[in-house]
Amino acid sequence: MNRYLPLAITALAILALATLFLVIAPGMQISAQGPSQGLKPYTEAEARGRAVYVSMGCLYCHSQQPRSLAQAPDAERGWGRASVAGDYAYDDPHQLGTMRTGPDLMDIGDRLPSQAWQLTHLYQPRAIASWSIMPAYPYLFEHKDKAGPDDVVVKLPAKYAPKSGVIVAKQDALDLVTYLQGMKRQYAPPKDGLRDNGYALIAEKQRDATDATTASN
Amino acid sequence: MQITETLGLLLALSFVISLLALTILIWAIANKQVHTPDADDARTIFEPGEGADIDYPDKPHHFDTARSGIDANSSSVVMWLIAAAVFWLIYGSLHGLAASLELHLPDLMSGTAQMTFGRMRTVHLNSVAYGWASQGGLAAVCWIIPRIFRTNLRMTGLLKVGIVLWNIGLAAGVLAIANGWTDGLEWLEIPWQIDIILAAGAACFVAPLIATAKNRNVHHIYVSGWYFLAGVLWFPVLFIVANIPGVHHGVEQATMNWWYAHNVLGLWLTPLGVGTAYYFIPKIIGKPVYSYALSLVGFWALALFYSQVGIHHLIGGPVPTWLVTLSVVHSVMMFVPVIAVAINQHVTVASNLWALKESMPLRFISFGAVMYTLASFQGSIEALRSVNSITHFTHYTVAHAHLGAYAFVSLVLMGAIYQIVPRATGKYWPFPRMIAWHFWLNVIGFAVYFFSLTIGGILQGLAQLDATKPFADSVILLKPYLEGRSLGGGLMTLGHVLLAINLIAIGFAKKTRETETENMVAAE
Repeated sequence: MNRYLPLAITALAILALATLFLVIAPGMQISAQGPSQGLKPYTEAEARGRAVYVSMGCLYCHSQQPRSLAQAPDAERGWGRASVAGDYAYDDPHQLGTMRTGPDLMDIGDRLPSQAWQLTHLYQPRAIASWSIMPAYPYLFEHKDKAGPDDVVVKLPAKYAPKSGVIVAKQDALDLVTYLQGMKRQYAPPKDGLRDNGYALIAEKQRDATDATTASN
Repeated sequence: MQITETLGLLLALSFVISLLALTILIWAIANKQVHTPDADDARTIFEPGEGADIDYPDKPHHFDTARSGIDANSSSVVMWLIAAAVFWLIYGSLHGLAASLELHLPDLMSGTAQMTFGRMRTVHLNSVAYGWASQGGLAAVCWIIPRIFRTNLRMTGLLKVGIVLWNIGLAAGVLAIANGWTDGLEWLEIPWQIDIILAAGAACFVAPLIATAKNRNVHHIYVSGWYFLAGVLWFPVLFIVANIPGVHHGVEQATMNWWYAHNVLGLWLTPLGVGTAYYFIPKIIGKPVYSYALSLVGFWALALFYSQVGIHHLIGGPVPTWLVTLSVVHSVMMFVPVIAVAINQHVTVASNLWALKESMPLRFISFGAVMYTLASFQGSIEALRSVNSITHFTHYTVAHAHLGAYAFVSLVLMGAIYQIVPRATGKYWPFPRMIAWHFWLNVIGFAVYFFSLTIGGILQGLAQLDATKPFADSVILLKPYLEGRSLGGGLMTLGHVLLAINLIAIGFAKKTRETETENMVAAE
């Protein structure tokens, strides 16, 4: 190659092609779907809690995208049904995640609805599960001599409780728990919901092939 | 359903277009329809009389002497970039090491929000990707471009403005992330308001490099130039488009996210690394690359296939099936460009193994080049649905990412720094033995890092696929492997500190020479 301009134009055209296939085309298809029926926008407290989730970087250990049973036993673990594009219509920024150092949280509100449990767990995960490697978030809480009338006191085992006084949740912790409690997709998924059905299709083909072999025998 | 059919058609079309383009290219090369770069073009990087001869110490070759003038204005740009890059390398490594320790010692640093895992990890990624690798790569670009074009770097003032803006933006960005202000998308965490500074900085690199290309004194653009010139255009476009706020939300945003994130690797860091290796391997050895025509196939196949692999990060997720399949197919097609590059670079090194003993920079660079082949092969296989079900949400992916961004890109760039700095400053490295120590600390540290997370990741993935095992099992079994990662990461960081010490010391060292007539990184 000896000329700059053709190189530059072709290089940018290839990037434009990739953008068409990876961003624009799926973007049109996904936005045509709209929100799943039964999905509600976040309440103000949930949105504030979600902002705490984003800012602490929960994303780097927790996914929000249960896989289909054709691929993995996520649903059997109680992580919820396989999610579809419409389930995320109100998410900005999206928090699908790529790591499961901790469990998937798409349906955490269904699985662990207790505020007390969540607060204890956020204050010190090892107060609940000794094997946990989740960070503790003590700065979302306050150490007080005595709880005020509106304070939510965190229940702690003796090992992690302060020597005197109480641990109460700050607003950030309460909002975060409200967000987690709201994480449940109890409505039925839309029939034409968009998701990667590759695994189901492969399983179907394999079933057909097995059936054909059985039949020919 | 209409739309699905249209999109199915698009999917098939994308693959057909890419395949067709590749076929046309191969046909055109075979039938001499395009000017095929030939052995003479591959010699662009050599002076007349240079090359084809082994670099005997008693018979100095023409290494850059004739061009000493072209470094007059570019060496300060290059040194600014290298100093900044190494600063971010140390800063990023320390954050990476801290984040790694936090995963098996979770209560070690839990006192402040700034030090929580989710933020330390993010500061690590942004520091090493945008601070270290991007600037280290640009240093190599600013050093190599004047050489392959045989002209001095143009608009160096603008380049320096770009460097200053980029570092101010990045410093503000990581400060924002540490304090909880983030855009919340992987690889795009820096708030878009701060991204404006970074985008302005990146844009400052475009015009000078185009101007230098326009004023070149050679007819042919050497292969490194294709990678660099394309990469320098691709990155600002990617960065600006991906950071425009308010365009996407939900799953749309997720596909945009991975279109961007994988293209930062494929169309930015990879071209920087491959282009750098394509220059220094033949240059240090003194012989042109094995098959120059093949490099053309490698370049365009990389552009066509690598640009569409991003959605393999969402396999099994809430995105259209056709889109996932598209990225899986292109991931597998990555074998084409990778094999092309591998033949060129590895055969050149393999037929000149003596040179690895003579040159420490070459040792770093060829090690990195081999890691590129391995990382890409691994990536292609990892994108297969059956494999991905095991590895996707595990630390296996982290090991893979470091094989690419660290063992490949970073080691190539470290080699480039060891090669460039003595020539840019006219000084010897004050502690040459430390270079070898650095190399082995990084290679051994990385081996520990990689095998720990690869094995741990597979076990983690298998445990999570087994419904009879509680989730806790996948965490408990992982702990020793996470400790192994900290050990490996510690050794790697130590190696980086040695580089920084050498770099600071060379800053205080006296100038030893005016010209560059021999290999300044002498054999140990």
